Amino acid sequence: MDILSKEKKLAKLEKQINDLGDSKAVEKLKLEIESYKKKEMTKLTAWDRVLLARHQKRPTAKDFINYISPDFIELHGDRLFRDDRSIIGGIGTIDGIPFTIIATQKGKNLENNLLRNFAMPHPEGYRKALRLMEQAEKFKRPILTLIDTPGAYPGIGAEERGQGHAIAQNLFKMSQLTVPIIAVVIGEGGSGGALALGVANRVLMLENAIYSILSPEGYASILWKDSTLAPKAAEIMKLTALDLKDFEIIDEIIKEPLGGAHYNKTETFKNTKIAIMAEFHKLRRLSGTELHYRKITKFRNFGFLQRFNYENLGGIKR
Amino acid sequence: MNSISKTLNKRKKLKKNLKNKISEGTYNKVKNLDVPKGLYEKCPSCDKTINMKKNIENDYICNHCGNHFRMRAIDRIKYIIDEDTFAEKGLGFITLNPLFQDGYEEKLAKYKKATNLDEAYIYGFGQIFGQPCVIGVMDSYFLMGSMGSVVGEKVTKSFEYAIYKKLPIVIFTASGGARMQEGIFSLMQMAKTSSAVASHSNMGLLYISVLTHPTTGGVTASFATLGDIILAEPNALVGFAGPRVIEQTINQKLPEGFQRSEFLEEKGFVDKVIHRKDLKRSLAKLLALHRRSY
Ligand SMILES: [Zn+2]
Repeated sequence: MDILSKEKKLAKLEKQINDLGDSKAVEKLKLEIESYKKKEMTKLTAWDRVLLARHQKRPTAKDFINYISPDFIELHGDRLFRDDRSIIGGIGTIDGIPFTIIATQKGKNLENNLLRNFAMPHPEGYRKALRLMEQAEKFKRPILTLIDTPGAYPGIGAEERGQGHAIAQNLFKMSQLTVPIIAVVIGEGGSGGALALGVANRVLMLENAIYSILSPEGYASILWKDSTLAPKAAEIMKLTALDLKDFEIIDEIIKEPLGGAHYNKTETFKNTKIAIMAEFHKLRRLSGTELHYRKITKFRNFGFLQRFNYENLGGIKR
Repeated sequence: MNSISKTLNKRKKLKKNLKNKISEGTYNKVKNLDVPKGLYEKCPSCDKTINMKKNIENDYICNHCGNHFRMRAIDRIKYIIDEDTFAEKGLGFITLNPLFQDGYEEKLAKYKKATNLDEAYIYGFGQIFGQPCVIGVMDSYFLMGSMGSVVGEKVTKSFEYAIYKKLPIVIFTASGGARMQEGIFSLMQMAKTSSAVASHSNMGLLYISVLTHPTTGGVTASFATLGDIILAEPNALVGFAGPRVIEQTINQKLPEGFQRSEFLEEKGFVDKVIHRKDLKRSLAKLLALHRRSY
């Protein structure tokens, strides 16, 4: 039973309570719900987390920004082609400190999702992000990025305008910035499209967020020629926050309420804000050179391999 | 005192061994590797039957239509670099299996044996018509030239070597993108290599990237498109998303010539499309033009 069917069962129980009104049976059912939550909602498989990360009710980047930085002003456009609505960017204060905030934005319903292109940015989106980051660098403003995207959009227009080039430029320039950068994966972190906002000093992840090289569906269809095997693929891909923390790819995990972020949004936002500010206060003490150096050293060391030694040479058959 | 001299001797011995091993490394051993399986094969571009031996003599270009075939990394180096100037660097990295994927080690072993390479990328020092440079070449015959931890590491190392020696660098890209089997580690190589390009660029050094067929995915979205000068071979497939993925997403056929290097030149993402026969001369010229004049 995956997480969505568990949720359905819970909703059914809750409906029964409402139908009953006040009585002893209510107390009994309430207890049943609590025990069910504790027993079932804590046992999450990797696929459950994928479902939670893509959940219809999961708070989007805008919801986070509304709570974290209520005075956020959105700034539009890349100054070259047009404004990409799947990436939002702007300036706002968090605890009175001005931040440049950039995020990929999913829609709440189909109509909204068409406007946001399902949070799959075009090159102009990445160029807008880069423009705002360079602006932040000029005014020595820290940068916060919120990542929730299935990946960069694969389409004719995107290729014509240089999707690969735009992402590469973001990676290149982001690694050179000297202001503190904090990235938070709040939902899906899909491949290069997510990494283009993720070259940060500190990378945080919500408990039920995922971060991977490609979607479990894509993985399953490449490996087994069958995208319905995605649940199986999710288990072996190591895409959950816990796995990535083990690999030291991410720095911190932000706790979510029982059953996922949408069960108690305020608590999720609060936890996120606390985690962001804790990291920021660690980073603000460091100089720009130090921040830059630490960032490139961190990314330099990513990789899972056996490093050079003389004995290794014996192993290679030429 | 005794122990120090012992260690020194040991290191000397190891270095000597290493030198021997490198001198008989990839370059010399793979010389007659590329004898094709069939003597006659069909050109995928013009459908004419071609004599593969003649094709190889013609630098892997179809006599009939001028289609550029994929070139093995070793052949590319032989073709571009002056004779006896190439010194391979960065040997001895071993690819591991971080996600414990079934069959990945076997697959690697199979490709290692078939291609005589340790990974899908080789680099080293070389000269192009006397112009010294660091040269790196990806080999699309090794697991589609996909970028895993070791490829990312070696690409980064080649930039670091170029920084250390204050040399320009030329990289031939040919890759299907990130290496799926290594998951998130493969993704992180994009950031790692891009930041290595930035460090090299900050030193005021030249980076020429040459896009060859096919360059897609994570490699396109990192070091391949970050060159100071970006060249491409004719009719090479270059793009971020693969054509099949795009067709599935937008549900229509792609136009003729889409994502080919001429298309990219027209859209302004490639400096120049250069025929393979002119490539060496053009590279030497570009390198010469970037000598410091003051
Ligand atoms: Zn032909």
